Amino acid sequence: MKFKSLAIYLIISSFFLTCILSIWKIMATLQGLSFTNLNVTTVFLNGILLSLAFVLVGNKINHLIKIFSLSFIFSILYFYLNEASPYWYIFGVFLITLFFTNKLKKYSVQSLKEDFISEKIIFDFITLFGIVFFAFVILFPFYIMLVTSFKTQIALLVNPLDFSLNFTKNLTELFKSYFVIFETYNFGRYILISSAVSIGTVIVTLLFAIPAAYAVARLNFFGKNFLSTSILIIYMFPAIVLVIPLYTVFSQLGLRNSIFGLLIVYTATTLPVAIYMLQGYFKSIPKEIEDAGIMDGQNWFGIILKIIIPLSLPAITSVALYVFMIAWNEFLFSLMFLDSPKSFTLSRAIQYLSGDAETPRQYLMAGSVIVTLPILFIFIYFEKYLVSGLTAGSVKE
Amino acid sequence: MSDSLSKLEKRTAYTLVLPAVLLVFAIVLFPIFANVWISFKDIELKDIRIPEPRAKKIVKSISENQSELKIIYKLRNSSLIQEIKNVQFQDRFPKNISPINLDPRCNFQSRKVICDFGNWQAKYRENFEITIQNNNGEIIDKKIIKSQKPILSGKADNPLLTTNFTLENFKKVFYQNNFVELLLTTFYFTFFGTIGAIIFGILAAQLVNQNIQGRTYMRGILLFPYVGPVVALAYTWTLLLDPNSGTLNALLVNFNIIDQPINLLGQKYITMSVLGFEFKLRLALTTVIFFEIWRYFPLAFLFILARLQAIPQILYEAAEVDGASPIQKFVHITLPQITAIISILFMIRFIWNFNKFEDIFLLTGGASGTRTLPISVYQQGFAVSDIGMGSAVSIVIVMLLLSFMVIYFRLIGKRANEV
Repeated sequence: MKFKSLAIYLIISSFFLTCILSIWKIMATLQGLSFTNLNVTTVFLNGILLSLAFVLVGNKINHLIKIFSLSFIFSILYFYLNEASPYWYIFGVFLITLFFTNKLKKYSVQSLKEDFISEKIIFDFITLFGIVFFAFVILFPFYIMLVTSFKTQIALLVNPLDFSLNFTKNLTELFKSYFVIFETYNFGRYILISSAVSIGTVIVTLLFAIPAAYAVARLNFFGKNFLSTSILIIYMFPAIVLVIPLYTVFSQLGLRNSIFGLLIVYTATTLPVAIYMLQGYFKSIPKEIEDAGIMDGQNWFGIILKIIIPLSLPAITSVALYVFMIAWNEFLFSLMFLDSPKSFTLSRAIQYLSGDAETPRQYLMAGSVIVTLPILFIFIYFEKYLVSGLTAGSVKE
Repeated sequence: MSDSLSKLEKRTAYTLVLPAVLLVFAIVLFPIFANVWISFKDIELKDIRIPEPRAKKIVKSISENQSELKIIYKLRNSSLIQEIKNVQFQDRFPKNISPINLDPRCNFQSRKVICDFGNWQAKYRENFEITIQNNNGEIIDKKIIKSQKPILSGKADNPLLTTNFTLENFKKVFYQNNFVELLLTTFYFTFFGTIGAIIFGILAAQLVNQNIQGRTYMRGILLFPYVGPVVALAYTWTLLLDPNSGTLNALLVNFNIIDQPINLLGQKYITMSVLGFEFKLRLALTTVIFFEIWRYFPLAFLFILARLQAIPQILYEAAEVDGASPIQKFVHITLPQITAIISILFMIRFIWNFNKFEDIFLLTGGASGTRTLPISVYQQGFAVSDIGMGSAVSIVIVMLLLSFMVIYFRLIGKRANEV
């Protein structure tokens, strides 16, 4: 039993170390270091030695001294066994090993005898591995997007692995792609259009949704149940089946290439989810507060304006942010309805740019950064509200 | 409550609800029904405009004598398929100018030439000429003549509203373009995309639910792919996966993991051999499915995490006392608590993946074996410009969706009864 858990401990922990060091090596390669071998086997065997040494040393020396000395020895070994590498890279290896040995803290010869220890080891390291894996897989494309926008097409064709940035160059040189897409490709205009459409959609959606949600939440009328169930079914129906009829009708009415047309469509497609989210919140407001308002002689308009809206600001914020996100990111309708560069939204403009095979990729990525950054900032800043919006509105995307 | 009060309440309710309902009707429900109509019509993109009579005016001198001019009107019916009835023509001329040998269909009065051209067939074309002269023998200014635009009017049916129907579109959908493969591709994409997103969602939720440092940051980061704009993310992936200078292929080649760059988005099949068995993998489709999983597992993650955090901690403590292993805890406590949310998620994601258009369109455009039903709507409707057929594909999508919903609600209903 003890031998089995020791073996599992060594293999799993060393596998984890190998993974992080490989990711570190990949990131270093992207900074222009010419590594050509991941040295997986060597790192793995060294990792096993390191983990073994860790449990064997046990509590004989202070934990801090132990992890520093073990990591130091490991890094020296790594330095000699690896291809020629600069000191900053080895220092990174040292820090990673330090982090790793610190995580080994709870394992000792003693603890390896506990019940279910092998399962616990697997769970622990899968958790660690999972965090590193998910963070890497998610952030890597964003990193590539950002860095590509600062490089040039030629440099990337010469060495597709060199993403190092030269900050000693002057800033205009570094931000050249951004200047170009604003000056030659009119991105300033597209930012304005996208903002106008998105904010407009939020306002109009709220104007329609708040009264409707109030009626569904509070008032009795014929067809109310039918309405609230059909809301759910309606937003299961996808944009792609609406596209052809809307395209034909909008063409005949001259609403294509108009921001107004886009705004109507965005509002209508986000309305069901907005009503659904708001009515849920309105129901949770105590009815007594409204009764007091009715006593004061308020009509429904006054009640909504003076009682309901101030009390449900958090929910309204959630809905507003969620609708903004949908409108800002929307692509299908802007592809269908907008043909003229005069009325492009950001998403459509980037797609239009990519249609020309001659467009250097750094411009495409600069455009992508411009469309992504605002939404990520809003998300990070208002995470709490957006998460509740996403959860409630998940039926729609 | 008294009758008048409840009447007032109803009236208020309808005033509040009606604007939203009407808008949703016009933009969401109406198109779904309009699809049925269009799908039975033989109609192409160029036919959707209402036919109108058009005229292009050309002014020519006919002699040294500048007091006479010939005007040619190139008349045509803008539609290639529809007749225009009762076409009326009218053009104005300056003072002292009158036509010579006017066409019998026309007459001249109070400085206007008015013609009655009758009915124009589809594709109708005619070069209609008028010769004019200045009654005083003075030179006529060509520019003034040219600047006056003729006015044409006529009656034509809106091609969308005519009542000739055909089953041709549906026949084409089912018998052309390999309908079975189209369905299979859609189902592969939908099914594996959904399952993958849920599995990764469970893994991520399980991770973040543990007591690790910085879990709030981790939750935020995990949602990035879901909140980012699809256009930016899809193009970043295309760059990343590019066979010539994409980062991924360059890395794999650099570390000698593969010999040749692989065109992950442009190659339909790749032959793999596992344990001596050779099989063909749908490469581009698999890549697109991975993108789909990457982008939508955050949603599954968010839901499952919310559910996990609601599981009472006491259950785990009790299991600990009973000496349960971590795997037993997961199987016997966690899993039963999240099955309900997983089945809901499965339906939501299944339906949305089934309808997914943007992601595939931006990554491959539907090439290399990634053509799904929604992509087909776009290709038929706008690339081939056969609106009728695109609508027919939309109808197929709607019918399939409705049947998924029925099946799902049956299953869920049954489960609810059993419990």
